[in-house]
Amino acid sequence: MQIDHLNGGQQLAVKYYIVAISLFVAQIIFGLLSGMQYLYPELLFGMLDFNVTRTVHINALVVWLLYGFIGSVYWLLEEESETEIVGLKLGQLAFWVLTSAVAVVVLVFLLVQSGPGDDFTRWFINEGREYIEAPRWADIGIVICMLVFFYNVSATFSKGKWSGISGVLTLDLVALAGIYLAGMFYTSNISVDQYWWWWVIHLWVEATWEVMVGCLMAWGLMKVLKVDRKIVTTWLYIEVALMFGSGILGLGHHYFWIGTPEYWLTIGGFFSALEPIPLVAMVVHAVYDAGARHMKGNNNPALAWLIAHAFGNFFGAGVWGFMHTLPQINLYTHGTQWSASHGHLAFFGAYATIVIAMIYIAVPYIRGQKGLGSNLPDGGWKWKWSLGLLNMGVVGMTVALLISGYEQSFIERAVGGSTWYGYFSAQTHPWFIQGMEWRMIFGLMTSAGIVLLVWDLLTIGKGRVTQEREQTQAVA
Amino acid sequence: MNNATPWWSSEIFWKKTAIWVTGFMFIVLIILTLDTIPKITAGSERVPAYSVINKHIDYQFNDERNIQVPLIGGEDPLFGKMLSEEEAEALVSYGKKITQGRNCMGCHTLLGNGSYFAPDLTKAWLDPGWSSEEEREEMMIAFLMDPVENARSFGSGRMMPNLHLSKEEAMAVIAFLKWMSSIDTNGFPYNFTVIDKEG
Repeated sequence: MQIDHLNGGQQLAVKYYIVAISLFVAQIIFGLLSGMQYLYPELLFGMLDFNVTRTVHINALVVWLLYGFIGSVYWLLEEESETEIVGLKLGQLAFWVLTSAVAVVVLVFLLVQSGPGDDFTRWFINEGREYIEAPRWADIGIVICMLVFFYNVSATFSKGKWSGISGVLTLDLVALAGIYLAGMFYTSNISVDQYWWWWVIHLWVEATWEVMVGCLMAWGLMKVLKVDRKIVTTWLYIEVALMFGSGILGLGHHYFWIGTPEYWLTIGGFFSALEPIPLVAMVVHAVYDAGARHMKGNNNPALAWLIAHAFGNFFGAGVWGFMHTLPQINLYTHGTQWSASHGHLAFFGAYATIVIAMIYIAVPYIRGQKGLGSNLPDGGWKWKWSLGLLNMGVVGMTVALLISGYEQSFIERAVGGSTWYGYFSAQTHPWFIQGMEWRMIFGLMTSAGIVLLVWDLLTIGKGRVTQEREQTQAVA
Repeated sequence: MNNATPWWSSEIFWKKTAIWVTGFMFIVLIILTLDTIPKITAGSERVPAYSVINKHIDYQFNDERNIQVPLIGGEDPLFGKMLSEEEAEALVSYGKKITQGRNCMGCHTLLGNGSYFAPDLTKAWLDPGWSSEEEREEMMIAFLMDPVENARSFGSGRMMPNLHLSKEEAMAVIAFLKWMSSIDTNGFPYNFTVIDKEG
């Protein structure tokens, strides 16, 4: 791929985007395997057990989104700061170090899988804590690479020009990196362990990541719809105030049942009930700006994915989160397929969509074009179908998991008393199994969507370039 | 007509609001954390000392709180051996490290967090599936050492893979599970039926 014509930050971004999409594909493959194991428990039993396929599924998710965010920030860095990136070579080194580390961690997850109950296992094989299973050496590597990334971002803005977006972005990166440290220690006390573990998980996905996508959304709307900077910056500040205002103490909804005091039931319930508000603000913001410009932008796929993000974030993170966030319902739904339902729509709606939008924003520049309008030679069927299949697939999985989750909450929790027998009574119930079957069907739909997405990203606008070049040559 | 931007929609107003709200909420979180950590430290009222594995643990309804809460009873040493606080902590910690090293959270939930492919382990020690209190320890050891042969999947076809635990490792995991079952989880999981208390 020819990328010499791009600026330094953008060249780095392309590298991150390629790995991000590759990991997205891996995430879906391992998601399919995990889903199949619910229906066919003997599938790969003793070889690639559910705990392995699921671990790769969720870790690929977290890492591809991180790659997507880093890529997006590098993409906008030079344009937003109006200067050249300060540490291009350092950034490239960090990219290769991080990517090698990710490859080693995945290989160890797949081939070694587990280890004895000693410190060596946690340092070099698997930490065994959901979402942050990466062994400690990799944690340290990630932190170092994030510091390089932070240096590149903050020093480039300092050298060039600061803006509202870059200010929020840089401070958010400080919080994002700092919070990761909360997960990097061992304790024999499971309550204390989970207390700090949630600092990482919650304060990433329900606070700092949300602010990160707020910055990307603001920049994306300026780029695609030419929205006034003053407007998007003001909206960004409103979103930050509402997001951190609700999300920081919204952390309390993870402190209902882990041994923490009862006052968290009230605090967590109250603030997490407020968490959807900033997401409504984002929908209003995006839909109003798009409507005010009659849905006319310079990049139709990116605009469509930005709108998908606004709604996906609101429904997935906001509505689906709110539905089971109050302690009175969470007592029955915590740790059931409800959480899986929420997780699927929230991660996709809030984060996958915006990264895909940012990649589409980059595509015409990579191909040396001005935009991706409605005049694509094939009518843009691939991006439209992939958008439809991915969104319908994930929404379908979400609803299917919700049906299983309702059944599980009722049969296992309310009636079965949450014993092992109660658990399996719920798992073997036809309603639960039907939900799992439908989840598989929609999972396959999602897979078709990713195939088309990859195909589209590799080809979109290519024919047009040839056409434009031929026309230019003919005129010459 | 006045074209000036009203103060409540100005960029600077929201910038200051964002900074103050974030700072304030973070400080409140720090204060709450300082209050919470001592209350969940092992040896506190909510999270008992590790030596609780020397005691009988039950789960009873509390009328005042309207939830089930752990009830720590008299002496009932795990595997018939009384342990000092240090020995108990070492054993529970070893058990926890084994659950992390074998990635138990990849299938199970602990305190409701983890994966949903296998039962929640929060009160696994108290589960009526272990037949009776007398048989429990031996059944748990046998199951953990060979979960395929001793599968307890209730017709679901789902089996725990053999994680090749030695007897010592299985005993440490059980110590961890016994200690975890003594944590006051505000009534989670709801409506739990304790071993030997059915019907």
